[in-house]
Amino acid sequence: MNIQDQVIAIIAEQAMLDPSDVTMDSTLEDLGIDSMGVVESIFAIEETFDISVPFNANNPTASEFDISSVASIVSGIKRLKAEQA
Amino acid sequence: MKRVVITGAGTINALGLNVPDTLAAMREGVCGIGQLEFRDVERLSIQIGGQVKGFDDVVRYNRQQTSLYDRFTQFTLAAAAEAIAQSGLVFSGDLSARAGVVLGTAGGGVSTWDDNYRAVYEEGKNRVHPFVVPKLMNNAAASHLSIEHNLKGPSFTVSTACASSNHAMALAFSMVRSGMAPTMITGGSESMLCFGGVKAWEGLRVMSRDACRPFSANRNGMVQGEGAGIFVFEEYEHARARGADILCEVAGFAMSSDASDIVMPSKAGAARAIAGALSDGRINASDVGYINAHGTGTAANDKTECAAVADVFGPHADRLMISSTKSMHGHLIGGTGAVELLACIMALRDGVIAPTIGYEEPDPECALDVVPNTAREAKVSVVLSNAFAFGGMNAVIALRTI
Repeated sequence: MNIQDQVIAIIAEQAMLDPSDVTMDSTLEDLGIDSMGVVESIFAIEETFDISVPFNANNPTASEFDISSVASIVSGIKRLKAEQA
Repeated sequence: MKRVVITGAGTINALGLNVPDTLAAMREGVCGIGQLEFRDVERLSIQIGGQVKGFDDVVRYNRQQTSLYDRFTQFTLAAAAEAIAQSGLVFSGDLSARAGVVLGTAGGGVSTWDDNYRAVYEEGKNRVHPFVVPKLMNNAAASHLSIEHNLKGPSFTVSTACASSNHAMALAFSMVRSGMAPTMITGGSESMLCFGGVKAWEGLRVMSRDACRPFSANRNGMVQGEGAGIFVFEEYEHARARGADILCEVAGFAMSSDASDIVMPSKAGAARAIAGALSDGRINASDVGYINAHGTGTAANDKTECAAVADVFGPHADRLMISSTKSMHGHLIGGTGAVELLACIMALRDGVIAPTIGYEEPDPECALDVVPNTAREAKVSVVLSNAFAFGGMNAVIALRTI
C-alpha cells in the first residue's frame, strides 16, 4: 500500500466508513471525526509511518502538520519522511 | 446541621514544603514549574512540570517506611503532620474512634507501578518487592495517615481524576456537617511525575511544552504538578470549645456530572456545580469575591469555565476575581483542589488574592478579572474552589470567613 492508501485506511477506520467512501478531498470534519478521533488518527499515523507528528490539541490549526484533509495529511507525512531520510 | 470549620492545613508542592512557604510563593507569583528530573526524561516530548524538589525522603522516613510509602503517601503524611500539628488535635478515646480520613488521588502509587513494570518488563526480573501492592494501592495514603494519627472512624479514598480532592473534601465536610464525625482529615495527593505517568499524559496531546498560561489567548495546554494538601475539618462548636485557631468556615459544596463526554468539559455541568455550591451554602452570588478556578490552561477548559461563571453570576461575574494557581504549581491532578484550597484560605485570612501568572494576551472568551501576573490585596468574605474532571465529574466547594 502506498502512503495515500494507508492514510485512507486509517481515516476510514476512525470514521467507521468503507475506504472507498474516503477521498483525497475529504476533510476529517466532513467524515465526522471529532477532536478525540483526530488525536487517535495522529497516533495511528505516527505508529504506521514511524514518524513524530507535531500536534497540540489546544490549537490544532497552529500545528505545522495540516490535518484538515486526507491530501494535506499525505503531503505532511511525505515531508516528515523526507526530513527523516 | 452542624457548622464546619478548618483548623489545620498542610502541604507539600512545587512552591513549598509547607503552608507558609507556599503562600509566600503564591503572593510573590513564583513559578514552581521547571525542567523535570527523573529517569528516561529525555525520551519524553513534554519535559516540564511542577516537581517537588528538596523533599528528602531518606531523612523524613526510615527504611521500613520507604519500603511501604510511595511518593504520594510520603507527601500525604508530611502535609498531614503539618495540618494536625496546627490544629492542636490529639486523637485518643472517643475522638479517635469517630475521626476519619477521606482523601483524593487519581493515580495512587503511579511511580511504584512504573518502577516495578520496568523491573519485570524492561529488566526481565521475575520477582518484585513483597510490598508492591500495599505501596501502590490508592488508599495507601489514607491508611497510613489513619495508622500514624490513630484515626479509627470512617476512612476511604475517592478517585475522580482532576476533581478527586474536591470530591474528598466535600464528602468529609458533609460527614462533619451531618454529625457523623466531629472531625475529619481530608484533602488529596498525587505523584505521577515519572516516565510512565508523563508519557500517558503526553499521548493526549493537551500538554504544554513551555508554560501553563491559564486564560491567556496564547495558552497551549496544561502542565502537570505533584504534591499534597491536607486539612483538618472540624465541627465548629468542638473547635470553639477547645479554643482552636479557626482558619475559615466550609460553607457548602455541590457535585455534578456532565453525562456528556469523557474528556470535553461542559458549561452546563460546571455551572450546575457552581450554582449548587452557592445554594447549599445559602450564599448570595453577589457575596462571592474570589474563585480559585480549575483553570488548567487548555483551550477547552478555560473558555468553558469562564462561560459557566458568567452564566451563574451574571453581571457580578465582572466584579469578582478568578485566578488559576496551576500557573505556579502545575496541575496536581487528584491533589490539585487541595493545594488550591490554600489560595482560598489565603484570600479569606490574609486578604491576598493569588495571581494567574504567565498571563500574556487577553482572550475574549475568558474576559473575567483573572488577577493577571501580580497578587492583589482585597477583602473577600466568600470564596469558591472549582474542580472539573475528565469524565465530566465536577465538585465545587465554598468557604467563608468566620
